[in-house]
Amino acid sequence: MSTQTLAGVAGCPSGLAPPEETLGGIDYEAFAKTSGEDRRLTLLVRGAKCGGCLAKIERELGALPGMEAVRLNLTTGRLDVRWRGAMGANRVATALGDLGYGVAPFEVSRADTEARREERGLLIALAVAGFATANIMLLSVSVWAGHGEMAGATRDMMHWISAAIALPAVAYSGQPFFRSAWAALSKRRANMDVPISLALVLATTVSLFETAMGGKHAYFDAAVMLCFFLLIGRFLDARLRRRAHAAAHELAALQRATATRIASSGATETVRVSEIAPGDIILLAPGERASVDMNLVDGTSEIDERMVSGESAPRAVAAGARVFSGSVNLAQPVRGRAIAAAEDSLIAEIARMLEAGEQRRSTYRKIADKAVSIYVPAVHSIAALTLAGWLFAGVGVREAVFVAVSTLIITCPCALALAAPVVQVVASSRLFRKGVFLKSGDALERLASATHIVFDKTGTLTLGRPVLQRNAAADAILEEAAKLARASRHPLSRAVVEAAGPGSLADDVTEHAGLGLEGLVDGRKARLGSAEWVGLEDRQPAPASLWFARDGEAPIALHFADTLHEDASETADALRARGFTLEILSGDHAENVAAAAEALGIETWTARATPQDKTRRLEALRAEGERVLMVGDGLNDAGALALAHASLAPGGAMDVSRSAADAVYSGEGLSAILDITANARAATTRMKQNFGLAALYNFIAVPIAVAGLVTPLIAAVAMSASSIIVTLNAMRPGMKRLS
Amino acid sequence: MNNLLFLIPAALGLGLLGLGAFVWATRVGQFDDPAGAANRILTDEDEPLRDRRESGPDSDD
Repeated sequence: MSTQTLAGVAGCPSGLAPPEETLGGIDYEAFAKTSGEDRRLTLLVRGAKCGGCLAKIERELGALPGMEAVRLNLTTGRLDVRWRGAMGANRVATALGDLGYGVAPFEVSRADTEARREERGLLIALAVAGFATANIMLLSVSVWAGHGEMAGATRDMMHWISAAIALPAVAYSGQPFFRSAWAALSKRRANMDVPISLALVLATTVSLFETAMGGKHAYFDAAVMLCFFLLIGRFLDARLRRRAHAAAHELAALQRATATRIASSGATETVRVSEIAPGDIILLAPGERASVDMNLVDGTSEIDERMVSGESAPRAVAAGARVFSGSVNLAQPVRGRAIAAAEDSLIAEIARMLEAGEQRRSTYRKIADKAVSIYVPAVHSIAALTLAGWLFAGVGVREAVFVAVSTLIITCPCALALAAPVVQVVASSRLFRKGVFLKSGDALERLASATHIVFDKTGTLTLGRPVLQRNAAADAILEEAAKLARASRHPLSRAVVEAAGPGSLADDVTEHAGLGLEGLVDGRKARLGSAEWVGLEDRQPAPASLWFARDGEAPIALHFADTLHEDASETADALRARGFTLEILSGDHAENVAAAAEALGIETWTARATPQDKTRRLEALRAEGERVLMVGDGLNDAGALALAHASLAPGGAMDVSRSAADAVYSGEGLSAILDITANARAATTRMKQNFGLAALYNFIAVPIAVAGLVTPLIAAVAMSASSIIVTLNAMRPGMKRLS
Repeated sequence: MNNLLFLIPAALGLGLLGLGAFVWATRVGQFDDPAGAANRILTDEDEPLRDRRESGPDSDD
């Protein structure tokens, strides 16, 4: 193809990202949408970083037959293509892969669309509030500047124009606060939005009343300015949450594959996982990961359940056995009947555990909530006392109400409402750049206060895939074995290829399901596969091993094991140095867990833990007063992740676990955990500082307001100054020094 | 005073125009791909011109 014509290199022509490997085993046809002649496909492109990538991809794909529109969104990495004619969807994906970019099918989730709409709504509300603030401030400044000189009629006109701008602006852009306050009140709770809504409504109505009475002061500018500042915080928060969500969704897209369904006629078809209904017969090829739970109807095989139970040794299965989604078929093709998640005991049990965990977690009180619970009654009783005090002192009702309302306005938790979100946004975007996707800002507080870390072993501390154990005998034949292995997608073959690195392929390679590979290596017949395949009697070899045999020579064994991440021991030491106590809670065999624990210097470990054991252990730790940070990836960890004080999941984790965890970290290794805890601790310190600053502000502002000395000018200056101070404190550098 | 009757509506009108433009731009997705928009201006799409220059006698670059 014309790959060489444009930039001549694979991947990003500016060299900003390395060329990506193509992900095999996905039938893109199942993701393409057809309407009449038109066909559409949305792909996720990895490795596109610059204008050169943009031009290269759009030009090369545009040259495909029948292509009508190609549009790459460089920000999100989504590529929309539309074409007519007979060209298959796989051709598009292959062309993109040939250019050196990573490809994955993309399905738009409903949550993503809704988050997008919410963000857009907040941005427009912010613009409306900004417009109103600027224009009312213009009118207000002239009133303040003309103080004493401006005629009453002119001032009233200014106030009426301000009212005409402020009323619709507050009614429109205050909606996020009103809705949230109403939701809280109808549950008989108070949140930050209750005093905000109250201040907004009172400021506008009292100003309107004052304007109608020809009064000197109006607070229209204060009302819209409050909206504006608070919406900045809301918008940043929403954008960050959506970005983190989208990033996690993309990680999922990279793993999501299609499934092969066998129709009643016996024909096979490739379908998206979401299209599979209970009762469908699914073909699970060797090396393929089960994407739904199924009961086997025929065939015998071995499956790898490390993602499901943490067990690293394969399990033999036959007809009637249940295979959970996430298991990898290692040997023969098998057929299974898909079952609904609800009717399945393990999944249902895990769903119950997740729900229970979420409920337990919701009893955690955020710093912001604690601040509100002190703040709201305090401020509201001060305002009420002010009203009563001034009435008692003998001023008119109108003056007394005005002073009380100005107290409410000036104490409106502008700084308080910004104090936490701004810090969270800064800390989360810092983590985001390191490949850590935080579910919600308040997870930072929980991550920061954790004292005890519980690790799952398989896939979390370890790589979660077999790695060839190097020894002299294996090294001698590695290159030859790899020539055969390159033809196969079996996990053990891939491990051989990974150890050997890039190289050539043997001639005439044939794969025999469940047995192994055969081909011509340097002109001689060679076999790679099970003991049986190389002619040995099945003498119960170690489960994860392969045999390599050249014609007429004795077979040589290749052993595999799941090894620890390279930086695991380093990370464990660093975590201990920061005061964490560590523990391993694994579903694997005792000997494997003990070996890992010893290598990392971890004394407390549990092996063969069922999902129930894991949650029970976490309950016990909680009862002892430990704040547990759970790190895990498997289905069996999901319950524990939801129950823990805070939780993390690696990017390769099961869907359920990823959604149960507070944050998902991508990339190899465990060092992300250090970044996360350091950033969380620094962010929590900043948040506390900000709440201190907000309290200090109120400490100064409240007496002035109660004394009736606040004018709209003072309120405007004080409110914006306090908001700017907490924002600057959040953005002040120095947070990363800890990591 | 009479100036104000003219100037304030004018200022508000201009402001509203800007607000309307922003809302329109947000709705139609002008801010959906800021990175792409920044890079697209660098894309050289002058294919026919380049062809003419290559085949022409005075290709000087």
